[in-house]
Amino acid sequence: MDYIQERESLPAFPALLRKEGWPMAELTRTELFPGVHLTAVHTGKFKSCVLGVNFLTPLDRETASVNALIPSVLRRGSRNYPTMQAISAALDELYGGSIEPMVRTRGEVQCVGFLGSFLDDAYTLDGSTLLGRAAGLMGELFLQPVIEDGCFSQEYTKGERDNLADRIRAQINDKRSYALTRLKQEMCKDEPFGVDRLGDEAHAAAITPQSLWAQYQHLLHTAPVEIYYCGSAQPGRVVQALKNAFSALPCCEERPPLPRPASKSAPEQEKNVEERMDVTQGKLSLGFRAGADVWSKQYPALMLANAVYGGTTTSKLFLNVREKLSLCYYASSMLEKHKGVMMVSSGVEFEQFQAARAEILAQLEACKAGQFENWELEGARRSVVSTLRSAMDAQGRLEDFWLGQAVAGIAEGPDALAERVEQVTLEEVAAAFQTLALDTVYFLTGKEV
Amino acid sequence: MDKKTYSRVGEALWHTRLDNGLHIYVDVKPDFQKSYAFFATNYGGMDTRFQLGGQWQDTPAGVAHFLEHKMFDTQDGNALQDLAANGASPNAFTSSAITGYYFESTEKFEENLKILLSFVSIPWFTQESVDKEQGIIGQEIQMIEDDPMWQAFMNLLAGLYASNPIRISVAGSRESISHITADTLYACHKAFYHPANMVLCVAGNVNPQRVAELAREILPAQGGEEIVRDYGAPEPEHAAQPLRELNMEVSAPIFQLGFKADPAPMGQERLRQQLIGELVGEVLAGASSPLYADLYDRGLINKNFGVGYEAYPGCAFLAAGGESRDPEAVRDAVLAEAERLGRSGIDASLFARLKKAAYGSRVRALNSFEHICVQQAQAHFDGADYLDFPAVFDTISQQDVEGALRRWCTSERACLAVVRPKGAL
Repeated sequence: MDYIQERESLPAFPALLRKEGWPMAELTRTELFPGVHLTAVHTGKFKSCVLGVNFLTPLDRETASVNALIPSVLRRGSRNYPTMQAISAALDELYGGSIEPMVRTRGEVQCVGFLGSFLDDAYTLDGSTLLGRAAGLMGELFLQPVIEDGCFSQEYTKGERDNLADRIRAQINDKRSYALTRLKQEMCKDEPFGVDRLGDEAHAAAITPQSLWAQYQHLLHTAPVEIYYCGSAQPGRVVQALKNAFSALPCCEERPPLPRPASKSAPEQEKNVEERMDVTQGKLSLGFRAGADVWSKQYPALMLANAVYGGTTTSKLFLNVREKLSLCYYASSMLEKHKGVMMVSSGVEFEQFQAARAEILAQLEACKAGQFENWELEGARRSVVSTLRSAMDAQGRLEDFWLGQAVAGIAEGPDALAERVEQVTLEEVAAAFQTLALDTVYFLTGKEV
Repeated sequence: MDKKTYSRVGEALWHTRLDNGLHIYVDVKPDFQKSYAFFATNYGGMDTRFQLGGQWQDTPAGVAHFLEHKMFDTQDGNALQDLAANGASPNAFTSSAITGYYFESTEKFEENLKILLSFVSIPWFTQESVDKEQGIIGQEIQMIEDDPMWQAFMNLLAGLYASNPIRISVAGSRESISHITADTLYACHKAFYHPANMVLCVAGNVNPQRVAELAREILPAQGGEEIVRDYGAPEPEHAAQPLRELNMEVSAPIFQLGFKADPAPMGQERLRQQLIGELVGEVLAGASSPLYADLYDRGLINKNFGVGYEAYPGCAFLAAGGESRDPEAVRDAVLAEAERLGRSGIDASLFARLKKAAYGSRVRALNSFEHICVQQAQAHFDGADYLDFPAVFDTISQQDVEGALRRWCTSERACLAVVRPKGAL
């Protein structure tokens, strides 16, 4: 067996060479129309191609729900595919392609649009190419909705508005993420960051076909649009296909880029919130303000601080709070890099709440006092670097990464960021820990008996 | 090692069987940064009653899952930490049928593979650590018991099956795991974690020869005996109960509607029934079926609605579930649609495009190393060859799907499990 030969027999793929000698995906960024950008990753290593399109708009209590509803209503029908069944049939013909409505937030920016995945042209049964048809279908759904009396369909709006309200209500079903949502709401009551990506039930219930249409027109004319492609097609063909697909976008003078979120410091005395519900396990979440965000030079150091503290299975929270003391079933921390916030999420027995809270905070104090070993830092570094590098092997994660970069206006790829993480010193991580300050503690506990 | 090429999906698998009985499959992926290794035993939550040395053994529910938690302990510490320190992301899962341990890494693949092979094959339990784990797993059980989707699914299985151990929760209950001791774990490890009852699947930028060499070096030279298992009395064709209900703190009713399918044969036929079963689900209630559009338009289902086919030892079923204000109405509509399709047949153009879609989705799934390795491991235990699915697809006709639909999707074979909001009985 000679596996070297195997490698050479693979289809030749034009690529930049990394220093290790592996072919690397090629990235191009093109302004298709004013304020409408395409990020394209050219690679032949996947079975599928990914297409995405998003409006970027400020996250705001007044508009979050109506924005969140737009892609769902668009996905119900378009001029040539007026029903869901017609859309499904078109997708089936594209070898079971998918186009899903997406609502995401990146810090204080709401991203609403579609994410699609299609079989790569290399694997169709009849040798046909799918890119042009796939992009065309996505462009049509995004830009040519079913119109009734000059605005969105009454039936589609009502149906999807009810679904949106159901989804907002259903957030309570997953207590783990519910406890984080509630933490964000409480901690950032007066900041856009505290607004949920789906908005709230009251705003959702008030949406009419007219108000939805007005907001859609607003986004069409003013919101920056981010388009994404990852697959094997040559960059020139991708640009052409997407220009054709989105040529109906209103060409206006400007789609001004969005501002960065304001940074806020933690209060002198942290805020404590407790809620009661009929659950068998408690959820404890803690929110911290960090002195850095994705734009900071110190961001790689903050990534490592988060990983040392609670971001990995070698972290302080995992090893001490969960494994050694068995205070929590899970305990981990995560960064909201577009806002400069760190959150701890944990599941605890009701009667362990005080002990778990004290230990979670004690572990952070230990980190701040420099009590972390070199092996802890290096374990964290290996984990962060590996997560970044392997993002280049996963189309979904890569799309998500580049959307975040587009929002931030940063062109750095996962591999370049990984390089910066490699260079961070212990002193820089210690300095990043110093900036973390407790803001809010949220505890979801059982009903009193 | 032998190499088999699957040109239609652009994949190739290196394969060998070691003298100890372990089968190894390697998918070489030079363009990728990461590598993935999956080491699995043919032992899951269903395997509670089996023969050892000619004697029937009854073990508490949840041992396979308990073992999965405890296997990471080593004499020197914890394998999870060793792998994580190398930047690898290790994890494990227990299903009803198998237990698998895996890691993904972008560096030090061989070192990580050595760690994986040794911690899974060398047990190290103390009564103290088992007692402690009872607390951790007890918490995990509480957490999943709070999950209404899980409750709906477990109630569906309990409603469909009279005695098949698919009804048993993989994690067991707080009560059942309290009977687990270090001795139970050692005995079950000895019975099920020998190379002849296991499989190793790897995908990534690796040398297959080295994978085999490392496995030979680290794993025991001898395999063990084949284990005879008891999956309960033969199941009747009909569902054990038509309806199961419970109340939880949810915003809207959550349901699972199931149809008891024929138990799947072993070998490539099993894969064929899998593909037929999935197509039955798509034709009946998949996202581009007429029924789906109708239910969606009437507000009876939302985007969470999904349908699938699953097969385990001695049982197979179709399950469709999600959230609905009126799960009974969904059930009645699905039964009516099944009756209609059985009577007048499936629209030929619908069938053709659903088949095309199912094919494309399956090829796209091969992007995931985890998918390739887990599916190949499961197929190996089932005596099938996973990546051969395009050839199997070619043999599936509309009549095959109509026949399965007529046999399986009847009210006698159906069970509806509903989790209703509190106070809404």
